Amino acid sequence: MKILILGAGQVGSSAAYHLSREEANEVTVVDRSAEVLRELQDRLDIRTVVGHAAYPDVLDRAGANDADIIVALTDTDETNMVACQVAYTLFKTPTKIARIRSAEYMNARKLFTQEAMPVDVRISPEQLVCEYVEQLILYPGALQVLDFANGRVRLVGARADRGGMLVDQQIATLKEHIPNTEGRIAAIYRNGKAMQPDGDTVIREGDEIFFVAARQDVRVFMSEMRKLDDPVRRVVIAGGGNIGVRLALALEQTNQVKIIERDIDRARAISEQLNKAIVLVGDAADEELLLEENIDNVDVFCALTNAEEANILSAMLAKRLGARKVMALINRPSFAELVESGSIDIAISPQQITIGSLLAHVRRGDVVKVHSLRRGAAEAIEAVAHGEKGESNVVGRKIEDIELPRGTNIIAIVRDDQVIIAHHDTVIETDDHVILFMTDRRKIDKLERLFQVGVSFI
Amino acid sequence: MNHLVVQRILGLLLMMFSVTMVPPVVVDLIYKEQSWMPFVESFGLTLFAGLLLWYPVRGFHKDLRLRDGFLVVAAFWAGLGMVGALPLYLSDAPVMSFTDAVFESVSGLTTTGATVLSGLDALPKAILYYRQQMQWLGGMGIIVLAVAVLPMLGVGGMQLLRAETPGPVKDSKLTPRITETAKALWYFYVAFTLLCLIGYLIAGMGFFDALCHAFSTVAIGGFSTHDLSIGYFDSPAVDMVAIVFMFIAGINFSLHFFAWRNVSIKYYAQDPEFKAYAFMLLVLSVVVIGTLLFLGTYGNTSDSIINGLFQAVSIATTTGFTTANYASWPGALPVLLILASFVGGSAGSTAGGIKVIRCLLIAKQGLREIIRLVHPNAEIPVKLGQSAVPFRVVDAVWGFFSVYIVVYGMMLLALMSTGLDQVTAFSAVAATLNNLGPGLGEVAAGFMTLGDTAKWIAIFGMLLGRLEIFTLLVLITPTFWRH
Repeated sequence: MKILILGAGQVGSSAAYHLSREEANEVTVVDRSAEVLRELQDRLDIRTVVGHAAYPDVLDRAGANDADIIVALTDTDETNMVACQVAYTLFKTPTKIARIRSAEYMNARKLFTQEAMPVDVRISPEQLVCEYVEQLILYPGALQVLDFANGRVRLVGARADRGGMLVDQQIATLKEHIPNTEGRIAAIYRNGKAMQPDGDTVIREGDEIFFVAARQDVRVFMSEMRKLDDPVRRVVIAGGGNIGVRLALALEQTNQVKIIERDIDRARAISEQLNKAIVLVGDAADEELLLEENIDNVDVFCALTNAEEANILSAMLAKRLGARKVMALINRPSFAELVESGSIDIAISPQQITIGSLLAHVRRGDVVKVHSLRRGAAEAIEAVAHGEKGESNVVGRKIEDIELPRGTNIIAIVRDDQVIIAHHDTVIETDDHVILFMTDRRKIDKLERLFQVGVSFI
Repeated sequence: MNHLVVQRILGLLLMMFSVTMVPPVVVDLIYKEQSWMPFVESFGLTLFAGLLLWYPVRGFHKDLRLRDGFLVVAAFWAGLGMVGALPLYLSDAPVMSFTDAVFESVSGLTTTGATVLSGLDALPKAILYYRQQMQWLGGMGIIVLAVAVLPMLGVGGMQLLRAETPGPVKDSKLTPRITETAKALWYFYVAFTLLCLIGYLIAGMGFFDALCHAFSTVAIGGFSTHDLSIGYFDSPAVDMVAIVFMFIAGINFSLHFFAWRNVSIKYYAQDPEFKAYAFMLLVLSVVVIGTLLFLGTYGNTSDSIINGLFQAVSIATTTGFTTANYASWPGALPVLLILASFVGGSAGSTAGGIKVIRCLLIAKQGLREIIRLVHPNAEIPVKLGQSAVPFRVVDAVWGFFSVYIVVYGMMLLALMSTGLDQVTAFSAVAATLNNLGPGLGEVAAGFMTLGDTAKWIAIFGMLLGRLEIFTLLVLITPTFWRH
């Protein structure tokens, strides 16, 4: 697939990285800075074009003429939208994805039609990150909460801990503990390595477990893995940027929210926007300020400023001062890895959260949703099974008969509105949404082929 | 640095290269000259050597870093010179010393075209074919070929390509995927070779000669199957075909690519390097032909024109074919032609020399200094076409130029201290460093009379020229090896 990425910022670069390492993609990146592009081209097998991302001749040079997808990820919404418009009008690009940051544009749904502003998919990293953090706060103890089928099914990552019923027991005993709840363990990571779980596998303390369950069963399931944390009441957010404010807005009705912002003008502006949350002016890494605001009673501390180093430090400080759980927004994967195992509970990676929504459009076959996991090594995928019995490699077969690549499991199926947790003898029907977990993303080719329908169907 | 990765890739490349020993065997089977044995032996030896390198580290996967790229390319070209010499060294006809065999093989692979052999016409066809084939493989760059056919080189391929591709700007990819880019380059290369072959056939060459010369023409090499080079055929038609294809092969291959893809020749007309290249060849030809006519070196006009044009294009593009003994031409012509070979062909072509684009940039900077003297406050960017050239590139061009001159001077001194006279040494360095081939004086016909030391210096010069100096020089700096 020929992909054009506009803008080589943080999201753009990581999109280029994720997309170009798949053999089938040909990626071209456009940016105004030759310096950034040169550095990027050193690392990745991509082509780069220097120029303004929305100018027709630049897009032409970048090969917009035969591009399949254009992904506009520059830091200005307007450039992104115009680039999509240009691609649509002049180059007839089939799929146009744009990053739109401002809620003002996002809310004007009617704007984005083929006649007006031809953006097929709008991505707002801020919104995605905000939703992600919201989920984590909703399920204390979870490391990751991912939605499928419009939130009917959730994939949850959690660390097994003493106090979980299932710890030091075989997975098969799960049925005895909670006979009425359906769920399934999708993957287990022990010491950072993926294990193929089966009924005899014994869960150990410290294992990172991904499980899937219907929305209403998540909490019950979670209690199997670890002692349930108390619900989150008090939240402190460091950084009053877009993400921080969005999160504060989303949480202020249900939780006690404090938000720390350094800039006094900005603080005033957001205090007008927020209703119940308290806006504090000051440095999030200021020990005095944190102590004064009873950091030791805080359930969750989220460092969400633009500076990742500052996020790491202030989160570490908050943890030491007694915050129950700390999260930090970290862009660099290497940093995330560094801190997540130790002093910070959860590293939030905006790229990883955003990339999933891009990947879903690049995949062949009808893929609805892709979540990138474990810094891109694993992937959770929601794909729709098409075709009739005999035409498809999937439809009409029992799960145990489907030839899945190694390390890949079908974990759940959504049929109409019904969530079916996968068993070895579950039969897949036409139009089922199949949810898969891949511990090794490199096998994606095989999986894509599996879900593609024979030519006769098209 | 990652020595295991370097070793793995070197092993793979060697195994790949061993396959190129097979076609000469086929040639020998056709002509039944009983000289296939050295090729089979060399095939076995090379394959075994490659296997020996590759097998212990076959499972070792890691991306190539920038430094590894330099090491792979330099080591491969040096190693290739040795391995490529095997069939020549092992063969009974011609009998060659180790030095001579390596010289011939490096001269072939670097597309220099200087030879230590005489009596070519009497040699077995397999040997002749093998020499031409080495030039052809070396022309587009054997590593470019490797990147095209070995997909697992992946990202690392860019590091390799950059170390091998000639020219000041090496970041431009034709297609997003490096393997596709390398393939595209080779498609054009093969296509030109086929067209050239057809051209020679129409001009009246036999198939074997046509194929062999097509190889060395498109590679801008200069090896021939005859002692008299292209002059052997004594045919204006052959000369014209050679001139056209030398000219085409001296153009940047990405220009060919874009012109082909957009079905338009406007890309040539818009490219400043191409314009300078064509202009330079035109002026040079006019001067050479004019001088020949004026001094009446040849009896008739048409001889002067065709020989003048041929020699101008052949030497200026650093091919090194000859139709006439230009070394004995009158006046400044021999030295003028040698100097023209310093400019060489375009970046991203198969030609050697400093490359037109670098000379163009240097000239433009000279011009800028003059304007600055008149307008001290003016801001004058160095422009190519419509766009300003980044400072980095301009700096790099100056760095390259000065190192080129210094290396030239040092090699000149080294050759003279082995006992060569000044004219011979001067032209021998130019002939090797610019990957030209024939020189003046003692080396006008070939390098056979030189001593072993002088030959090794020349071998080093050819490798330096082909890898544009820095790729090789970087290996002898302490910075490169420091961890």
